Amino acid sequence: MHSYINSGHKDTRSGFGSGLYHLGKINPKVVALCADLTGSLKMNAFADEFPERFFQTGIAEANMIGIAAGLTIGGRIPFTGTFANFSTGRVYDQIRQSIAYSGKNVKICASHAGLTLGEDGATHQILEDIGLMKMLPGMTVISTCDYNETKAATIAISNHSGPVYLRFGRPKVPNFTAPEKPFLIGKADILTEGDDVTIIANGHLVWEALEAYNSLKEIGIKAEVINFSTIKPLDIKTLLKSAKKTGRVVTAEEHQRNGGLGDSVSQALSLNNPCPIEMVAVNDSFGESGKPDQLLKKYGLDAKNIISAVKRVLKR
Amino acid sequence: MNNSIELIPSQVRRDILRMVHAVQSGHPGGSMGCTEFFVALYFKLLNHSPEPFNMDGKNEDLFFLSNGHISPVFYSVLARSGYFPVEELNTFRKIDSRLQGHPTTHEGLPGIRVASGSLGQGLSVAIGAAEAKRLSGDKNLVFTLHGDGELQEGQVWEAALYAGSKNIDNIIATIDANGQQIDGSTEEVMAMGDIGLKFEAFGWQVIQIIDGNDLSQVIDGLTSGIKHSGKGKPICIVMKTEMGAGVDFMSGTHKWHGIAPNDEQLENALSQLPETLGDYPL
Repeated sequence: MHSYINSGHKDTRSGFGSGLYHLGKINPKVVALCADLTGSLKMNAFADEFPERFFQTGIAEANMIGIAAGLTIGGRIPFTGTFANFSTGRVYDQIRQSIAYSGKNVKICASHAGLTLGEDGATHQILEDIGLMKMLPGMTVISTCDYNETKAATIAISNHSGPVYLRFGRPKVPNFTAPEKPFLIGKADILTEGDDVTIIANGHLVWEALEAYNSLKEIGIKAEVINFSTIKPLDIKTLLKSAKKTGRVVTAEEHQRNGGLGDSVSQALSLNNPCPIEMVAVNDSFGESGKPDQLLKKYGLDAKNIISAVKRVLKR
Repeated sequence: MNNSIELIPSQVRRDILRMVHAVQSGHPGGSMGCTEFFVALYFKLLNHSPEPFNMDGKNEDLFFLSNGHISPVFYSVLARSGYFPVEELNTFRKIDSRLQGHPTTHEGLPGIRVASGSLGQGLSVAIGAAEAKRLSGDKNLVFTLHGDGELQEGQVWEAALYAGSKNIDNIIATIDANGQQIDGSTEEVMAMGDIGLKFEAFGWQVIQIIDGNDLSQVIDGLTSGIKHSGKGKPICIVMKTEMGAGVDFMSGTHKWHGIAPNDEQLENALSQLPETLGDYPL
């Protein structure tokens, strides 16, 4: 059994809210903007405590992105908050021109990403956001796995100069990473060591990968589970070291296969160390309404599917 | 400066035409229509410090060009007011230049604070900069320029609503009402109705400039805008201009929106515009 203990289910978005509130207390340059989803993004504590540094933009995400870009010109560090769908696809050109191309120090913080948004269905379940964001030159892209890591990442990105996309989710999920552990942008975290196969995961699928680790161990397969919360810049050093050791890689993410973590990993491996790879991801389809665990199962993203992918990659 | 400011627009128009002619690309029509506006702002009204350029612009007024395609007039006025050497105008739209087709911070050109070109984004960015000024107690102002056709972009109205609703009274947005856009007149393409009334309905104080190619009228209109700032409402200046103003055969038509003059046309145009401050060397 792996040594990670679920200290209790918590939502990653609350980790963001807590990290943002902490930043509000320690860094007067930090400001926050929200497009009418303050409660959903858990930004209330910041908004209540620092009203002069909180900008309610109403349901107008394009304007929010532009205002955030402008606030950097006065030396502020803006954090925008809305659902992942409205944080990326809806405002892609605003991010591209006013933030990325203009080199503005804006932190785009996106909740309710992926299928686990649940019952609201496919209109809100964006599965393309990581691909959209990682294509933008200079954009750092992060997808965190639990409450503690989301809080730590929120704090860490305030010290990074440049635009960042931070993706997290809606449901309460196991909270298992160490509290107060500093988040290192661009550094993958080896959660279990193993020689037989490398499992690379991020977001909600890191816990699924750890569940898969336990089952695989019972049948004599030792998996090296690595949390790749930073998709860009990708920690190629850690990836290659593990892939050279195991010779087999499985990726797992709550995103389209096209444009996601697996895509980045596959590119890095094929350029540097070609080896068999299997991908656990959404395969070119939209989601639907349902409970998060039902959706992960139906779309092939749970621990069982990771185990199947491991078995497939070991046969190649 | 007051006595000599009248000499500047003719030189700026020469710069615009020579820049666009040299690379046979760029947008002279709107640039020439807004020449008096840029000259009034940068040589008379803006509290700014060109050297050294400071991105944050603390304790100075800021300007954002939202309709970035009129970069030639912006570059000419920035160079002529000391942001970078006038000789650099010769690199406009050429490879390895800081003077990109549309303005950008990417190559580090002094005077530019955000990229623009994809329309409709500048007012939001300016509001952010205005909010940053309010937050830090900086009493200086934020100026913007937008095309009238550009107002067809929905984001402009998101921003207009925000500024009116949140009483952003340190912003002065000017609309270049030349009545033209790429596919024809705004009347034909997408009739704008009364632009001033629209902004008033969004909670803005509106000021009209009847002839935006009359330098003294532009100075008066902007001065009135500055006087009305700080009173709880954002300021919108609706400024009527002629595209291609200053050259008879280019004036009052959308034909010269994105077309460069040929050798003969350049010669004809320059003969109508006295060289007042010295042309930049080719």
